Amino acid sequence: MLVLQAIIEGVLVGGFYALMAAGLTLVFGVMDIVNFAIGALIVLGAYLSYSVCNHLHIDPFLSLLITTPLMTGLGMFIYVFLIKPIKTNRVVMSLLTMFAVATLIEGILDICYNSGFVQIHASYINNSLKIGKLNFPLIYVLSFLLSVFLLGCLFLITYRTKFGRSLRASMQNPVAARLVGIDTDRVSMITLGIGIGLAAIGGMVFGTTNAFNASSSYDIISRLLVIVILGGFGSVGGALVSAIFMLVIQDVVAVVWSPVWGSTTFYMILILVLLVRPQGLFGKKGVRAQ
Amino acid sequence: MSTDITTSQRPTPPSYEVPKVYRYGALIVGFFVLVIFPLVFNNPTISTIGVFAMIFLMAVTGWNIFSGYTGYIALGHAVFFGIGQYATAMLSSYWHINPGMWTFVLIPVSMILAGVAAIPIGFMILRVRKHTFIVLTIALMFIFQLFAYNLRSWTGGSQGLEVGQPGWDGSVFNLPYYYVGLFVAIIAIITSFMIRRSKFGLSLLAIRDDEDRARSLGINTTRSKLIAFIISAVFLGAAGCIYAMFVGSVYPQFSFDPAFDLELSIMAFAGGLGTILGPSLGALIISAAQQYFLISFGGANVFLIVYGALFIVILRLLPGGVVPAISDKWRSHVVRKEQRKLDAEIQGPAEGGAKK
Repeated sequence: MLVLQAIIEGVLVGGFYALMAAGLTLVFGVMDIVNFAIGALIVLGAYLSYSVCNHLHIDPFLSLLITTPLMTGLGMFIYVFLIKPIKTNRVVMSLLTMFAVATLIEGILDICYNSGFVQIHASYINNSLKIGKLNFPLIYVLSFLLSVFLLGCLFLITYRTKFGRSLRASMQNPVAARLVGIDTDRVSMITLGIGIGLAAIGGMVFGTTNAFNASSSYDIISRLLVIVILGGFGSVGGALVSAIFMLVIQDVVAVVWSPVWGSTTFYMILILVLLVRPQGLFGKKGVRAQ
Repeated sequence: MSTDITTSQRPTPPSYEVPKVYRYGALIVGFFVLVIFPLVFNNPTISTIGVFAMIFLMAVTGWNIFSGYTGYIALGHAVFFGIGQYATAMLSSYWHINPGMWTFVLIPVSMILAGVAAIPIGFMILRVRKHTFIVLTIALMFIFQLFAYNLRSWTGGSQGLEVGQPGWDGSVFNLPYYYVGLFVAIIAIITSFMIRRSKFGLSLLAIRDDEDRARSLGINTTRSKLIAFIISAVFLGAAGCIYAMFVGSVYPQFSFDPAFDLELSIMAFAGGLGTILGPSLGALIISAAQQYFLISFGGANVFLIVYGALFIVILRLLPGGVVPAISDKWRSHVVRKEQRKLDAEIQGPAEGGAKK
C-alpha cells in the first residue's frame, strides 16, 4: 500500500517537475543554451508568489496571474540584454551568464527576505484527498492538474500554431529558419520568456509544497538538469516521461529502503542510463558539430 | 581560439606574439610578488586572502589542464576537491597525525587518492560530450555530496569532520599554508606549461577543436582525455587537502559545493580559458576580490550581488578573458606599427622628408 501511494505521489510530483523541465528543455532546444538560472528563477517565482499572497491575501494559484507575466517579462529582458549580445562560444558563455544571473538573484533574494525558510500558505495546504486507503495531499493533486493543463497548452502552442511552427523550425535548423524568414531572435526571446514564465508557476507550486530559502535553488537545478538530460535535450515529451519515472523511483526507494538514499538513487539512475544511452532516453543522436 | 590558425597562415609572420622579454619578465615579477606578498602584508586577514588565492590558483590550473585544453567544461571537479578534503580529515585522525608540519605529508596522499578516484570516474563520464557531459559532472558531484551526507559512520554526515589545527602563533599561522600552496601551485603551472608544449598537449587541443577529426588522425582521444582528467584531478586533490587543513573542518555541503565548480570556471574564463597563465591570473584576481568582498561586505548576500554583477560585466567586456585580450591588443599594436612602416616606405621617397 505504501509503495502504491509512493508511486502515485511520484507521478503527481513528477508532473510538476516536468513542467519546470519543459521550460528548460525548450530553451535549450531553441537556443542551445543551458538555462542555469532556472533554479534561482524558480525560487524567485516562489518568493514573488509568497509576497503577493501575503500582501494581497489571495489564493496562491491566483497569484500566478501576477507573477507569471512579470517573470515572462524578466525572461525577455534577460534574452535581449544578456544572451543576445553573446557572439562567440555561445554554449559556455550563456551558461556562465545564466549562472551570474542566478548569483545576482540569490543575493537580492537573500537581502530582501533574509535567509530563513518560508512557505506559501493557503487554507487547504494541509488538506488531503482520500481515495480508499490512499491519502493524497490536495496541493499535489491541484499542482499536477495545473501542470498537465499547462503542458497541454504548451503542446498545442508548439504543434498547432504558427509561432509553434517557427519555434520548431528554429529548433531543427536555426540557419535555415532564418533563411525562410523566421525571426529567430524573436522566437528565442519568446521562448526564454515562456521558459521563465513556467519557472514562476513551478516556483509557486514548489513554494507551497516545500519550505524554501534563497539557496534552495541548487537542489532544484540539479534535479531539473538530470531530468532534462535523461529525457534527451530538447524533447518536452522526454522530459515528462523521465520526470515521472525519476520521481516515482525516488519515492519508491525512499519508502522501501530509506529516505536518505532516495535522492542518491535519483542521480545514480542518470549515470546508469547514460552509460547505455549517451543521448538520453528520447534524445536524437548528436550530429557532428561543425 | 582560431588565432593560432590565422597567424600560421600569414605569409611572413613578424611575430604577433608578445615578446618573450615581456612575457617572462611579467612571469618573474609575478613570482616575486607572490613570494614576498605575505612578508610585506603580514596582517593575518590579508594573508588569509593569500592562502585562499593559492588554493584556487592550483585548483584552477589543474582544472584548466583538463577543461581548458580539451574544451570539455567539467562542473564536477569539486568531487576531487572534496575527496582531498575528506582524505585529509579521515587520514589525519586515522593515522593520529599531530597537527603541525607533518600534516603536509597528506598532500601527496590526497593527490594520489584523487588521481585514483579519477580513473573510474573518467571512464564513466568521458563517454558523453558537450551539455550532457556538463550535467553528468554536476550529477556526479551531487552523488558524492549525498554519499558524504549518508555514510555517517565514515564521514560524520552533516556534522562534518574536524581537522586538528596546529597551535602556531597568529602572526605566522598562515605562512606555511601559503608557501606550501604556492609551491604546489607552481608545480601545477609548470605541469600545465609542459603539457601545453608537448605532443600530448597538442592532442588535447586537437580534441578541443574537433574531436572526430582528431580521432581520424590517429589520436587515441579517450586515453588523452582520461590522462588529462587524472592530472587535473590530482591538483584538485592537493587543493582540497590544503583547504581542509587551513579551514580545519570538512562538511558535505562545502566540500562538494556546486558553487566551487562555477567559481573555477569563472576564474578560468575571466583569465582566458585554455591559455597557460590566464586561469592563474583569473584565480588570483577573482579569488582575492571574492575574499575581499566577503570580508568588507560582511554577510554573504551583498557579496553575491557584487560578484554576480561583476561577473556579468567581465563576460560582457572581456568575452575571451584577460590574457587573450592582452595578446589581441599587442597584435593590433604590432599590425599598426607594421602598417605605419609600410606607409612610410611607400610614401617616403615620393613626398620626401614627410616623417619627422
